[in-house]
Amino acid sequence: MASQQEDGPVTASIRTTLTELLKPESLEIINDSSKHAHHSAMRGVSSKETHFRVNVVSDAFAGKSTMQRHRLIYGALSKDFEAGLHALSLNTKTPAEVAKVAEA
Amino acid sequence: MTVRPENLHRGSLRLISTPSAPALDIHIPPNMNFLRSATSALRPSSHILTRRAALPATAFAVRHLSDSTKKTIEDAITQNKLVVFMKGTPDAPMCGFSRAVMQILDAQGVDLQNSLKSFNILADEELRSGIKEYSSWPTIPQVYVNGEFVGGCDIMLSMHQSGELEKLLVKEGLAEAEPEENPRA
Repeated sequence: MASQQEDGPVTASIRTTLTELLKPESLEIINDSSKHAHHSAMRGVSSKETHFRVNVVSDAFAGKSTMQRHRLIYGALSKDFEAGLHALSLNTKTPAEVAKVAEA
Repeated sequence: MTVRPENLHRGSLRLISTPSAPALDIHIPPNMNFLRSATSALRPSSHILTRRAALPATAFAVRHLSDSTKKTIEDAITQNKLVVFMKGTPDAPMCGFSRAVMQILDAQGVDLQNSLKSFNILADEELRSGIKEYSSWPTIPQVYVNGEFVGGCDIMLSMHQSGELEKLLVKEGLAEAEPEENPRA
């Protein structure tokens, strides 16, 4: 267990899990932790990987509500949440939905 | 031994410990999908579903939700049309996501003083872990409308943008319909 987290083990873990789970067309993981480091909930937390934004495009979301998409991801990342992951801001789209937005 | 049916279709079957049997987690790898159908055969057969199994599923924290916390949550969400479990208070949110949810509700015209029941989970550690388990949702804030879990900040925001949230709030009498600027025939 490295005490330095500069290589982003949580990011790597999220990427691996979501890549396997969703076979995404695109997957963007943005670490927002520094913006939330001052929160009372983050007092005493030294991890630099607590808050992320995730933009993911995958066919795996087809036919699923936003709630179901988020639950799918939260369920898969439960170990990361137990290990200190604190917040995910999720943007979950299917390739068809992305194409629709691009057209509009 | 208790089967949580909700976990079966996640590919993860959680067997809760009882005095006679320790907890077991069975993870089904994707290449063993046949096991999933085998376990799903177990699903809603009522004879194995005890009262505990009827709790919402959780992959996050299976041990925290006490009966008293569960009752607090259930009373709150059944007795109030709109409940938000948040960090801080509507006047002084302690987290950007909780603040965003308050701003969305405010923008929808919800009376935050009178129509909203909020819980500051920072002030109640048991509620904080309990609500995550109750909703099977690992993050705060959490919004309940008419006893149903609606979502967290992202879902509230996307429902706000799509117009779904207004529909829901109007239906529940929590906000008034905005007159449409460009009424459609």
